[in-house]
This record gives sequence, C-alpha cells and structure tokens, in this order.
Amino acid sequence: MRNVDMSVTLAGMTMKNPVVVASGTFGFGREYGALYPIDELGGICVKGLTFQRREGNPPPRIAETPMGILNSVGLQNPGVDGFIADELPELKKHDLRIIANISGNTPEEYGIMCEKLSAAGVDMIEVNISCPNVKAGGLQYGVVPEMAAEVTEQAKRHSTVPVMVKLSPNVTDITEIARAVEGAGADAVSLINTLRGMRIDVKTRRPVLHQNTGGLSGPAVLPVAVRMVWEVSNAVRIPVLGMGGIAKGEDAAQMMLAGATAVAVGTACFADPFAPLRVRDGLAAIAAEQGLERVSQLTGQVQPW
Amino acid sequence: MPVQKECPILSVERLNADAISIWLECGELAKAAAVGQFVNIKCGEALLLRRPISICRVEDTRLNVVFEVRGEGTAWLAARSAGETLDVLGPLGHGFTYPEGKVLVVGGGIGVPPMLNTALRAPAGAIACLGFRSAERAMLVEEFQRACEQVYLASDDGTLGVHGFVADIVDAALTEHPEVAAVLACGPRIMLKTTYDVCRRHGVACQVSMEERMGCGIGACLVCACKSADGAYRHVCKDGPVFAAEEVCWDA
Repeated sequence: MRNVDMSVTLAGMTMKNPVVVASGTFGFGREYGALYPIDELGGICVKGLTFQRREGNPPPRIAETPMGILNSVGLQNPGVDGFIADELPELKKHDLRIIANISGNTPEEYGIMCEKLSAAGVDMIEVNISCPNVKAGGLQYGVVPEMAAEVTEQAKRHSTVPVMVKLSPNVTDITEIARAVEGAGADAVSLINTLRGMRIDVKTRRPVLHQNTGGLSGPAVLPVAVRMVWEVSNAVRIPVLGMGGIAKGEDAAQMMLAGATAVAVGTACFADPFAPLRVRDGLAAIAAEQGLERVSQLTGQVQPW
Repeated sequence: MPVQKECPILSVERLNADAISIWLECGELAKAAAVGQFVNIKCGEALLLRRPISICRVEDTRLNVVFEVRGEGTAWLAARSAGETLDVLGPLGHGFTYPEGKVLVVGGGIGVPPMLNTALRAPAGAIACLGFRSAERAMLVEEFQRACEQVYLASDDGTLGVHGFVADIVDAALTEHPEVAAVLACGPRIMLKTTYDVCRRHGVACQVSMEERMGCGIGACLVCACKSADGAYRHVCKDGPVFAAEEVCWDA
C-alpha cells in the first residue's frame, strides 16, 4: 500500500494529520496522555475556556441515549489565566497543534481572551458561539448572524493567530451564520457543536440531566454533521473543521468528502480512548485504497446526485 | 497508569438475585490496582459509555468485579460467559488510604464488594460493618468473615443481623473497638452521610467512596462532578471515587 501524505493545512496551520480531538472530550490532554502519546494527534481543541474560572453545572451532567450521549457540563474550566499558567506549558511540550476554545459573556471578553492566548502562544483560537449548556454567552451568539459577526470581529481584532468559529447546529440555516462569520473575518469554521436534546426518566418523571436539557453527541449525530459540513463548505470559502459523531476512518472520510479540511473526534474517546488514532489509521487506509497521494485530496470531493 | 486491555473472563457467578461476580485475567492491570480503585468496562458495541465497576478482589493477575444488574449495560455484562473477553480500562481513580492501625470497613448493598479488597489488604487488620436489604440480598459475607477480625451485619428487614441501619452497627463497632484508626466506607449516599456523622461523634477519620454518572472515567470530560465542602466541583473518576468525608459537601 502506498504511503499517503496525511498532513493538512487548516487556515494556514499545518498539521501532521487531519485528526484533532474535540473540545470538552479530551480535557487538556493529560488524562489520555497517560494512555498514549498525544503527539500522535494532529491537534487538540482544549476544554472550553472562559474569562474567569467556572465550576459548571450540578450533576447529573451526562445521559446515555441511542448511539449517543447528552451532556451538560456547563463549561467547567480553570479560566483562561489558569489554563495559560498551569496547562499550556505542559501541552507545549508535545508535538501537536494547540487550539484554544473560548466562550465569553460579552464580545469584549472574547477579545481579551484572544489577546492573552495569542500572546501565550497557542496555534489557533476556536471561538465557541454555540455552547448549549450555559445561559450567558455561548449559544446566544451562535444563532443571530449579527451577533456572531460581532464576536468574530472582536476575536479577529485581538488575535495574532488564526481564528476559527465553532458553529451551532441549533439554527434554521447554518450557512447564514457561516457566511456572517466569514464576512467578519473568520479564518475557518468548525462544526457541529452538540444538538440540544432531552432524556426523561419515566419512573421518577425527572429529566436525567440536572439542567433538564443538554447537548447530543456521538454516532447518532454523524449524518446531521456531514450534511451541515457539506452545506457550509458550499456556502463559504474558508476551510471547515468537521466534527460530530466521528468514530472510525470511514466517518472521517465522509466528513472530508463533504468538504472538511480536517476532522475532530470527541465522544468516541469515551468508548475507546484510542479512537482518534484508529480514525487516523482508518482514514489513511481509505486514502491509500483509493490511490491518493495526499489525504487532503478527499476534501470536498463528494459527487452529489 | 491506566491501560486498556482485552481481558479473558475466567468465571461468571450469580451471588444473589441482582449481583454478579466476574473474575478476569487482567495481567499487569490487576497487579497495579490499589484498594478503592475501579475499572471502566465496555458493554458491547451499542452502548457508548463504559460502566465503572469497583474492584472487589485481586489475586495475582486475576481481578474480580461484582456488580448489580441495573440497566442495559450491566445486563449485557451479566450475560457474558467464561472464555469471552471484556474491554477493560483501568485501574482508575484515587482509592482508599490506610491509616496507621486497624480499619473499620463499611459497605452497604452494592457498596459491599469493594470493601472486601480493602479489608483483605489492610496492613493492620480490619473489622467490617455490612448492610443489606435482606438476607436474600446479602453477598460475600463468608469472605468478609474470613478476612476480618469481626463482622457486624444489618439488614433493612431484620432477616440478617441487626434490624436497622448501617450507621447503627458502625456506632456499635466503634464503641466496642476504640482502637479503630479510620473508617473506610462505600454505599448509598445517605449511608455514607450517616456513617460520617457517627465517625465524627467518635472522633474517627472517615473516607468515603462516592458515585456519580461518568463519561470518560479518566478525568477528561468532567461530567462526574461531586461538590466539595469548599463549593468547588471535584470529579469522582479522577479526584475520587474516594474522598475524605469532610471534603464532601453533604448538603448538595
């Protein structure tokens, strides 16, 4: 089998392979790093950061659903300063791209965080305008095009590294938001964040999650994610980081054919900590079978009917 | 350091109407397991989340887990047989710390199994207080009697030991055994709280093993939050499952 060049370039950031781990599923890399070298990954989208430390939502924060999970962690994190002081130096010892995921209460907070993180030397900033589990910030910026654009502008103005905006699937037309953030200067978009969902315990008549609703992820959302990546890729010129339910090489190949430049693996890590590496190897095998020299040759090559 | 490993099943045994005991050949994973730690077991392809199950016993490279059938995952596990393999991630979590001196191990219901390992390995000996719903739902009592200097029993319906709560026999045990240096407990939250109350009255240190719904099991996803006395959330899978009782926010 021929050796496939697995490197990809996402908004000017070159990665040795197109597989990154999705924000919120991989912490800051320490825990999975005890199982295998995280240097094998193309990159890591770190746990979502906020301006100040957050404790997150009361438990239960997770519910299992058919081929998926609902979560409502609520952005528990040490705050941007805590990340820069305690986690970033450790991450920087590894050979992978560091993508800092941020959520703000105001456009100004996004700006301050971008300044700090750019200065601290992350490789890219992923602007979360789509967290379904917090009242302030997050999702509200992800559903109104003008607000998405305003946050993007602030982030761009205060960043010296590429800015990628993470889009919510909980909208009528995701391409409208994608075009708005592209117009505001976003260097890339990532999608999809989780889909809002709910599970009820019929015995207690209580929602399983303490917050009543949460975000759905896992294989159940893959077809939705592929469709949205396809729509967004056709609507904007900036590159797409595709995610949502990827658990194996074939899933990643679908996502790339739909238009993604790179992919993120998230929930699959809970079932199989080695999932990102299996996705990478499976993707390489598919590219090799198809006689490709570079995995990037898959991007956008879907042949629609 | 945890590892992920396909572990052959050596035996599957039903201990009572709900509880199943599985012995696994785990190699170094078993040797590395400390008391109070757990393993996270994959339960078939259809369920994404592994099931965290505490370690009941370790004999060389063999590891024993005992669990109750509560839902789809544990029902799948209960249907396994010897010769099959299980995908095991572990050992995980922060376990019990032995004090200088004798321990009183306390278990209620499905919280009983992990206390067997804790009693068996206690360097200065152990006494046990075990609570069950009924004599029919009891398990591992003989094993505890072999491992411990004395075993106090209680049941909700009085069919085994004292008719009453675990905290009642903890009180009796601490009164009769002032030499006990620490109480190590696993069971329902209310049992842990009342056990801690008794410990405070006796001035004895107490460690508790907590439960919460888990995602990754290794500390990355932050779903298994447990509120600390200082108001911060800590995580059952990595900071716990064992916490000093005074660190837990019991009003949460």
